Amino acid sequence: MIKFFLMVNKQGQTRLSRYYEHVEINKRTMLEAEVIKNCLSRSKDQCSFIEYKDFKLVYRQYAALFVVVGIDQTENEMAVYELIHNFVEVLDKYFSRVSELDVSFSISEIHL
Amino acid sequence: MPAPIRLRELIRTIRTARTQAEEREMIQKECAAIRSSFREEDNTYRCRNVAKLLYMHMLGYPAHFGQLECLKLIASQKFTDKRIGYLGAMLLLDERQDVHLLMTNCIKNDLNHSTQYVQGLALCTLGCMGSSEMCRDLAGEVEKLLKTSNSYLRKKAALCAVHVIRKVPELMEMFLPATKNLLNEKNHGVLHTSVVLLTEMCERSPDMLAHFRKVRQLSSSQLVPQLVRILKNLIMSGYSPEHDVSGISDPFLQVRILRLLRILGRNDDDSSEAMNDILAQVATNTETSKNVGNAILYETVLTIMDIKSESGLRVLAINILGRFLLNNDKNIRYVALTSLLKTVQTDHNAVQRHRSTIVDCLKDLDVSIKRRAMELSFALVNGNNVRGMMKELLYFLDSCEPEFKADCASGIFLAAEKYAPSKRWHIDTIMRVLTTAGSYVRDDAVPNLIQLITNSVEMHAYTVQRLYKAILGDYSQQPLVQVASWCIGEYGDLLVSGQCEEEEPIQVTEDEVLDILESVLISNMSASVTRGYALTAIMKLSTRFTCTVNRIKKVVSIYGSSIDVELQQRAVEYNALFKKYDHMRPALLERMPVMEKVTTNGPTEVVQTNGETEPAVLETKPPPSGLQPASQANDLLDLLGGSDIAPVIPTAPTSKPACAGGELLDLLGDLNLTGSPVSAPAPQIAQPPFLLDGLTSQPLFNDVAAGIPSITAYNKNGLKIDFTFERSNTNPSVTVITIQASNSTELEMTDFVFQAAVPKTFQLQLLSPSSSVIPAFNSGTITQVIKVLNPQKQQLRMRIKLTYNHKGSAMQDLAEVNNFPPQSWQ
Repeated sequence: MIKFFLMVNKQGQTRLSRYYEHVEINKRTMLEAEVIKNCLSRSKDQCSFIEYKDFKLVYRQYAALFVVVGIDQTENEMAVYELIHNFVEVLDKYFSRVSELDVSFSISEIHL
Repeated sequence: MPAPIRLRELIRTIRTARTQAEEREMIQKECAAIRSSFREEDNTYRCRNVAKLLYMHMLGYPAHFGQLECLKLIASQKFTDKRIGYLGAMLLLDERQDVHLLMTNCIKNDLNHSTQYVQGLALCTLGCMGSSEMCRDLAGEVEKLLKTSNSYLRKKAALCAVHVIRKVPELMEMFLPATKNLLNEKNHGVLHTSVVLLTEMCERSPDMLAHFRKVRQLSSSQLVPQLVRILKNLIMSGYSPEHDVSGISDPFLQVRILRLLRILGRNDDDSSEAMNDILAQVATNTETSKNVGNAILYETVLTIMDIKSESGLRVLAINILGRFLLNNDKNIRYVALTSLLKTVQTDHNAVQRHRSTIVDCLKDLDVSIKRRAMELSFALVNGNNVRGMMKELLYFLDSCEPEFKADCASGIFLAAEKYAPSKRWHIDTIMRVLTTAGSYVRDDAVPNLIQLITNSVEMHAYTVQRLYKAILGDYSQQPLVQVASWCIGEYGDLLVSGQCEEEEPIQVTEDEVLDILESVLISNMSASVTRGYALTAIMKLSTRFTCTVNRIKKVVSIYGSSIDVELQQRAVEYNALFKKYDHMRPALLERMPVMEKVTTNGPTEVVQTNGETEPAVLETKPPPSGLQPASQANDLLDLLGGSDIAPVIPTAPTSKPACAGGELLDLLGDLNLTGSPVSAPAPQIAQPPFLLDGLTSQPLFNDVAAGIPSITAYNKNGLKIDFTFERSNTNPSVTVITIQASNSTELEMTDFVFQAAVPKTFQLQLLSPSSSVIPAFNSGTITQVIKVLNPQKQQLRMRIKLTYNHKGSAMQDLAEVNNFPPQSWQ
């Protein structure tokens, strides 16, 4: 099950956040900060799956933006990895060459 | 009131904020504006305000006052309003707010709306945050929508149904008829969501699962063949631009179908058979150059492992995993390690083939991969490869991150215990772990280690020498220091005498040894427990060393006034030992006996006897410390209980001075639990001493072999002891001896205690005696039952010790019994 779907930039600003399980609002910022810290400390050739607390993070970096998906044990990690890429491709098509600005300004469209 | 700014303006303004405080200020201002606008019930701009509110919510600011506004938006007729309203509902509302129930009616109306997009919105929201009440109310509508021909709606309805089932499992049957036709769709979206729905149903309810497995209507509606057909189409079909991802058509659907096949095929032969072909086909035909292909292969491997596939297929799967391991991409290696971990239990041999690659992964830079490789390596250790694997693992322990060290150390201990090829290797390995990762070792490792060291009698000199060398340089690692000080205390004389066959003996003087122990005591780095160990070790050395007793006395008396209560108590008691009970000091501080192993997690299972087992240290080898004969008797006595021993010397109660003289007798008396245990090397008695074990009724073996002659084992000073034998039919290596003690003198014998020792290959269990008083003139006897286990059918020999009070004086005697009849042990 996918627990959450985040798009966070390198400075730690959240551009998109969708939680599929209830998380307290103050915990959300903490979670996002920790998650981005974990992702930033990884180098290029380390694997994209991190074990964090009791679930896994699958992350993928696109320029300055990290797309992070939190999944639990039942999901196929590689399929989620592909999903992230597919999502980004869709955004690309929709916004014709999407950039971070597009993401930050059109959150209502992206959210739905 | 000026029109509220648009969302974009807001975002732009917030982006110009340079500090967190500025941003907060801006947001607060905007929040105030939004709140006043809400109060004015401004319809036109409501949606804009809520959108801004949602943005602020995403940034982490509280936005609960917008919830009602969302509801109003949902109720409005404009699509834009509804859109933002539903989005707001999904983000801000959940089951816990009471407001959400108000939405139910709105959603119901919208589910029947003419525009499919509105219907879609409503379905989305219901599927996202519907509570169980809402779901119950609206399930009927959802089910109706599942049957429409509009594929856009159908797929949303299927996902919504998944959520409904999750919330209210009882409604599952309602959706069952609709699912029949779902898989006949051409639209991949619908296919995908229907597969998800079917997966959810099968996972939640075993009845559903059985139903889907064996639907025996027209063959075309059987689930497994249908899925197989769809999958085949996906693979075989040519390039389809709609569904293509890097050359593979609709991998997401493929993965989902594979997962559903896995659930269907688990533990079910028929279904598994139907799937074998297609799985093989997928496994061989999928391109592995891109990540997509690998994702599908991964799912295929997982499926093959889970269902009852034929062995050829399993081998194929493990080979695929092996190929993954060699791939350069880290993700793939990680995934391969994870799945190998899952399969190592079942297909152990196949995984062994890839052992070298796995061990290489230990050296990878990536943390996740290292962790997986470590777990997998521990699972793969067996008797054959233990030496090589250990070397790698120890090297890994050296270089890994701290968070791994504890797990790695405990893993190494377990593996070493199970598969150690020789005692020396075992001790070496443990020492290596202690020196490299000493502070991460778990607390219960120390007593286990100590027990292990005691048990390997021939390695004592070697062990103590190595430990000494280890703490000479550095005594900060607590577990290492604890083990080392215990060993030095026990075997200090070996260290000083420099006898060691295995390694070059080093010249150590007694003073040097005491130096190191004292520095441990003084050092700030030593924990309180470690200091306790060191103090006790120093005390034990007072019997082992000859020229430095005064120094030891001084040290001990200094700590009599230590602030640490535990140390103080020990020091005071040891002081008392020096002053008043000096005659008992050698006895109390004797060498520790071989300990029984309580845990049975090794392949070598020690037959646990509740009673005492006498080590044949007496019989086969002279105890390493070169004891005088009197202390042989003491060894006999010093064994009280055999459980895992913490080398903490139990603190004697302060009423010690009140005990009567004849401490040795008290040791025996303790066996009757009249006082608390006193002897120093005797461990804290975790279980009651052996005599009381007889209280639990032990069935005597009444099967009688042809009568075995009884013998008189001992007859002196009026005390006669007879042995009668019984052999059990159920267990031919057990001999039951009943002893009868009688007294032919004029005065009775009181406090009679009988003890026995047997050679190493035997095991002995003493049950409790009938009484401890033998009346005079043979008018009564004491009976006691001894069980002897003789697995190797060797000749039975026994050494007995008797103590009793007679004519006002304490008597004790040792004797050997050699005249056992052959039938008793053959």
